[in-house]
Amino acid sequence: MDMERRNRPALELYVPEPEARPGDEVDFSHIQVPPAGSVPRPDIAVSTESIRDLPYTLIRVLDEEGRATGPWDPRLDADTLRRMLRDMMMVRVFDDRMYRAQRQGKTSFYMKATGEEAIAVAGTHALDREDMCFPTYRQQGILVARDYPLVTMMCQIYSNRGDPLKGRQLPIMYSSREHGFFTISGNLATQFPQAVGWAMGSAISGDSRIASGYIGDGSTAEGDFHAACTFAGVYRAPVILNIVNNQWAISTFSGIAGGQLTTFAARALGYGIPGLRVDGNDALAVYAATRWAADRARSDLGPTLIEFFTYRVEGHSTSDDPTAYRPKGAGEKWPLGDPVARLRQHLTGLGEWDQDRDRQLLEQLDAEVRAAQKKAEKLGTLQSDPYAEIPTMFEDVYAELPWHLREQQAQALAEWEAKRK
Amino acid sequence: MTVMNMIQALNSAHRVMMERDAKTVVLGEDVGYFGGVFRVTEGLQKQFGKHRSFDAPISENGIMAVAIGMAAYGLKPIAEIQFADYIYPGFDQIVSEAAKMRYRSAGDWGLSMVIRSPYGGGIFGGQTHSQSPEALFAHVAGIKTVIPSNPYDAKGLLIAAIEDPDPVVFFEPKRIYNGPFDGFYERPVTPWAKHPAAEVPDGHYTVPLGKAAVAREGQEVTILAYGTMVHVAIATAEAQGIDAEVIDLRTIVPVDIETIEESVKKTGRCVVVHEATRTAGFGAELSALVQERCFYHLEAPVARVTGWDTPYPHSLEWAYFPGPVRLGLALKKTLED
Repeated sequence: MDMERRNRPALELYVPEPEARPGDEVDFSHIQVPPAGSVPRPDIAVSTESIRDLPYTLIRVLDEEGRATGPWDPRLDADTLRRMLRDMMMVRVFDDRMYRAQRQGKTSFYMKATGEEAIAVAGTHALDREDMCFPTYRQQGILVARDYPLVTMMCQIYSNRGDPLKGRQLPIMYSSREHGFFTISGNLATQFPQAVGWAMGSAISGDSRIASGYIGDGSTAEGDFHAACTFAGVYRAPVILNIVNNQWAISTFSGIAGGQLTTFAARALGYGIPGLRVDGNDALAVYAATRWAADRARSDLGPTLIEFFTYRVEGHSTSDDPTAYRPKGAGEKWPLGDPVARLRQHLTGLGEWDQDRDRQLLEQLDAEVRAAQKKAEKLGTLQSDPYAEIPTMFEDVYAELPWHLREQQAQALAEWEAKRK
Repeated sequence: MTVMNMIQALNSAHRVMMERDAKTVVLGEDVGYFGGVFRVTEGLQKQFGKHRSFDAPISENGIMAVAIGMAAYGLKPIAEIQFADYIYPGFDQIVSEAAKMRYRSAGDWGLSMVIRSPYGGGIFGGQTHSQSPEALFAHVAGIKTVIPSNPYDAKGLLIAAIEDPDPVVFFEPKRIYNGPFDGFYERPVTPWAKHPAAEVPDGHYTVPLGKAAVAREGQEVTILAYGTMVHVAIATAEAQGIDAEVIDLRTIVPVDIETIEESVKKTGRCVVVHEATRTAGFGAELSALVQERCFYHLEAPVARVTGWDTPYPHSLEWAYFPGPVRLGLALKKTLED
């Protein structure tokens, strides 16, 4: 090594670390929370250049007392608000029930959406029923908001005889074209540019339906995210690009996906598309932002990127233990609160809700879920009586069975018969 | 009937289908206004408009993903990947998504879409414009892989692929776009015009997927080939005076096992040819199938004639290419064994 190089300081790699690890005090002091109602709401036809500050703030409607305030207040009627509250509570009740079912060995896997219920539920209510959603695995709220049968959801989770996906997919990887719910891929981010393609297809066809794609903070690091934003911007695709920033990708904090450097919403700027950053635990803000983006898409003004700022209160899945990498109880201290409690508080403040009705609703939802579970379990669970139609294993690989699959099908059946004897 | 080269035949397939079905759309790098670097999509934008044939960003990943989205919407996208060597950024979307969509959704979402891509060597394209990645796709359940060897088949197979309800990877041997190259590279290039398969109907017709063709009848040995290698096989057999039967597979998945079996049981000898690298190439699958099904008819081991297990070299192209010399030696040995 020559003298000059030897005298230079040694380089050091920077590896981001979260504010707190197990044993540390929960620390959310770095999170800036602007007052509710403080962010202006531009017209949907606004030029992207004139709203370059929006990705760096936080759109909030509900204040600390649960009052709706400011220009983003979507002014929803009480029935819609109650329906949203009901759907969010349903997701929570359903999640708890299915989490328990997994722990009882009735299925292999489950993922809760605790703390993120507003994003899928309020977002869906802001869309038309015919709009197509390309969800990740934490938007079960879309199905609930679109009245997908709970029993069918459970049958899918149990991979039982009632499973519309014939026992092929990991639990919660639902699919329902009829409900505008695209088949969930276990691979992350792939659905994001597909949503753009679907939206392009709608525009090519002169349709009026739009697409809504979801991605997590962690998987924005995938090339698919870049492809989605590029194509959406270039072709002004009628699509909403939702980033659910719940701060965690399994054990990896959002800083590893670039969250310390800038906001995820700000990524929109490089693609020349509007970026909104929204309090994801504020159902009214979620609704309003989604509606703004949907109206833009429907008016052929192109895509909108929305970062929903939220917190994954529970583990990534039933296979994950978050106490191994973050302080216990972090979720309860999240500065943006709990989305269900906040909407409940809002409705109560309006005089449209009270403790009795809340208790009644909870009981009713619980009864609904229990009844559905009973029905679903009559059709089997993964443990007791899973989907076992061997020949169907070979179906739907192609529209028609080619000769090699026909041969393998016969072989698999013979093998199964031999095992039974 | 019009005399067409492969590019014209493929272009005609696009036109026929775009006229018949407004859902058919074309996207890819340089495919729109310009009409593609090999001119396969020439004039489509002018005739059908920018919504039906348009340029895509240089993002094979994105092209595959939005084509999947369009197919999920209900369109019939034909996505061009400019060179098969560029397909890998889109590989995840093809393998993890397109191939599995019908299955994972239990038929809720089948994807009718075509991924077209020029492939193969012989044009001094170096390692990034010469690859033959067909085995990578043949290995994936849920997609079909098609490789035409002449203008008539190219048009008929492409139309069949567009009409197919499943995703089809359609590899076009670029060395034979303009003429049936037979591997004798020092001889003058022959155009398609003199070849019977250059007589192409102007309208709609299909060549069914999964059906091989007997490109040359013979009694002594069966040569299993596809794409450019069909012409190399015929020319080599003729140059050596060998009575070889040349099977043009046309579709490698699903492969036409009946035609293969029938031929090998007749000749008792089999040579498998492809341009792609040898190890775990599609020839390995063919060789295994023949061995499993025709073992007691075989009089010699199944031979493989392939590209070497190296990247495709630039200046050493003809030392890499499995031409008449390599195939000739293999045929001789197979007939002697």
